[in-house]
Amino acid sequence: MNFDNNNNNNNFYESVGNVTKQTTRPIVTGTSIIGFKYRDGIMIAADNLASYGSLARFKSVERIFPVGEFTCIAGSGDLSDFQYIKHLLESLMIKENYIDDGHVLTAPHIHEYLTQILYGRRSKLNPLWNSLIIGGFHDGEGYLGYADLLGTAHKSSTIATGLGTQLMHPLLRKSVEGRENEVTEEEAIEIVNDCMRVSYYRDARSLNKFQRAKITAKGFEITEPYSVDVVWHE
Amino acid sequence: MSSIGTGYDISVSTYSPDGRVFQVEYASKAVDNSGTAIGLRVNEGVVLAVEKLVHSKLLVPRSNRRIQTVDTHIGVATAGLLADSRHIINRVREEAQSFRDIYKYQVPGKTIADRVGQYVQAYTLYSSVRPFGSSAIIGIVDNGGPHLYMVEPSGVYWDYFGCAVGKGKQAAKTEIEKLKLSEMSILDAVKDAARIIYAVHDNAKDKEFELELSWITKESGKHQFVPKEIAEEAEGLAKESLNQEEMKDD
Amino acid sequence: MFRNQYDNDISTWSPQGRIHQIEYALEAVKQGSASVGLRSNTHAILLVLKRSPGDLASYQKKITRIDDHMGAAIAGLMSDARVLSNFMRTEAMKSRAIFGRPLPIYRIVSAIGDKAQVNTQIYGRRPYGVGLLVVGYDETGPHLYECAPSGNFFEYYAMSIGARSQSAKTYLEKHYESFAEAPLDELVRHGLHALRDTLQQDKELNTLNCSIGIVGVDHKFKIIEEDELQRYLDLLDNVVDTEDIVQEEEEEGQAAPMDTEEA
Repeated sequence: MNFDNNNNNNNFYESVGNVTKQTTRPIVTGTSIIGFKYRDGIMIAADNLASYGSLARFKSVERIFPVGEFTCIAGSGDLSDFQYIKHLLESLMIKENYIDDGHVLTAPHIHEYLTQILYGRRSKLNPLWNSLIIGGFHDGEGYLGYADLLGTAHKSSTIATGLGTQLMHPLLRKSVEGRENEVTEEEAIEIVNDCMRVSYYRDARSLNKFQRAKITAKGFEITEPYSVDVVWHE
Repeated sequence: MSSIGTGYDISVSTYSPDGRVFQVEYASKAVDNSGTAIGLRVNEGVVLAVEKLVHSKLLVPRSNRRIQTVDTHIGVATAGLLADSRHIINRVREEAQSFRDIYKYQVPGKTIADRVGQYVQAYTLYSSVRPFGSSAIIGIVDNGGPHLYMVEPSGVYWDYFGCAVGKGKQAAKTEIEKLKLSEMSILDAVKDAARIIYAVHDNAKDKEFELELSWITKESGKHQFVPKEIAEEAEGLAKESLNQEEMKDD
Repeated sequence: MFRNQYDNDISTWSPQGRIHQIEYALEAVKQGSASVGLRSNTHAILLVLKRSPGDLASYQKKITRIDDHMGAAIAGLMSDARVLSNFMRTEAMKSRAIFGRPLPIYRIVSAIGDKAQVNTQIYGRRPYGVGLLVVGYDETGPHLYECAPSGNFFEYYAMSIGARSQSAKTYLEKHYESFAEAPLDELVRHGLHALRDTLQQDKELNTLNCSIGIVGVDHKFKIIEEDELQRYLDLLDNVVDTEDIVQEEEEEGQAAPMDTEEA
């Protein structure tokens, strides 16, 4: 790799030897995802599109998966990195299961684990190019966390990633914040549909085919992919 | 064992004049001194059972297990030195994970048995190590259905319909040979496994024991301890049949 | 020079299927003074007898804190114990760093077992010469484990290791069924009683040669020694001893022999 505009850096690598090329951009990507608290727990949504640049390359990719009985992860960003993260968590849960000592990893533990993985990779200048939403139910209430390629993590009652921070987050905040314990499941589904519709109207990397997950005291439920009605002009 | 004391039996890298490796045979002795473990393979799955000897009443019941899960679809029952058994189980787990990392699906029975066999065999090659004092019974349900393997301290392994290891292995094998494994339901296999463990337990030499019962059913494809009600029923029947045997003897 | 030709290497099996070097390492544990551990439904505690090389020296510490929810008592080679307790602390920290979760007790104990096993299989190594009693309190409640140089580990309601530990074990076996519901002070009293049974005839437990480790519900692992210990030692000598006698009279319908210093 020739860094023409960065000669110093190039010399540095040469003097060190063993130059390795790190991930510098995502390739096949998933767009924004959302998650928020409601009365019964957590609601998450992600569409089924994998884009290759601006090409809508794969249209039935599932971007929400469960970890244990009371946690779901949704991911945006590089999808091969996302699949790797999924593999890590599957391996982790197999291990947790066979240790068989009565201890179970819950949403906060998984959130912490993912944050450490992401931060570790970014500190090696080789990030896993994702923004993740961790939704779970723990200790009688919903748990909603965020973690991204920089190793940044936080908890919030509403989360959106990518372009969704501009397009969907304001809608989420307006409908959910301050009313987390009032929003019913029906209303929560409406909020998801409204957000995903706006995303589909405005985000050219989105798709009107998406999945919704809820995580409540009863466990998780992930819907089949579905669409919302859209009207492009009246 | 006429070669004992001749010096041909202190290292695993030494053959005796008649071509034996005594250290491997001695390691197997440790396995023979252990509580019995058996495995039964039927059409609907695999059943594992262990006679876990309880050396103190201060032990917490149902802790210190001798049957362990590997990945999700494998159960390993061990006999011999507990610490060596754990070492082998850890290796089975690593192999299962490495297979998963590469191929993204669950490791098949013959692959895992072969890899574990090779690992155990490596400890019979060098004077710098000793062979494992442990035999592992590996129960598994893969795409080809249920399988049962046993890996011995020599590293040798076979695919079994039914196998037994430990103190009561002779008596247990005799009992297993009487079973019609190919026609048996898995629930009946559980009952027979419990019965056999109770039958081979030597009340005179060892006082207490705990029965460990696990299975991998074809239906679930998962290794689990047998649900409480079923296990208790099997254990009840086992005790009953033992009493009847004793009455006959009297 | 050797007892037999099979007992000088760790990597040699005897014809009976034994490894003598492991058995000798188990003897090293008995060289150390006694440690006792026991647990109720709410607490797990350690009690140890400490030794001092002479009047000019302090007593060797035998209880070590691993984390807020876990501690260990040691019998045997102290330097080996330090290696293991450093390892345990590191693992406990890792669990907090990676998952934000206190390390489950079973996992640290099995990690030690696996570490110890390796030393029993490779020529040129020796097994750890130390026995551990590990207590901890995690999501599944209080736990007590014993770890041995052989790589074996077991979970117990109560256990003792070290010199003359059989006397303590006898006491524990007699009383362990009452531990589950026992309040903390009662549990400590039982522990001290068991520990006292390991003493040589002319010795007594005092604030210098004894220490206690306690962990449990809303109780971070804490080592109690020196002046703080007196309250617990008093428990043993006066008040509850009589209770014990009354209790035993009730149970057995006859006067129990006085518990005196004889071992």
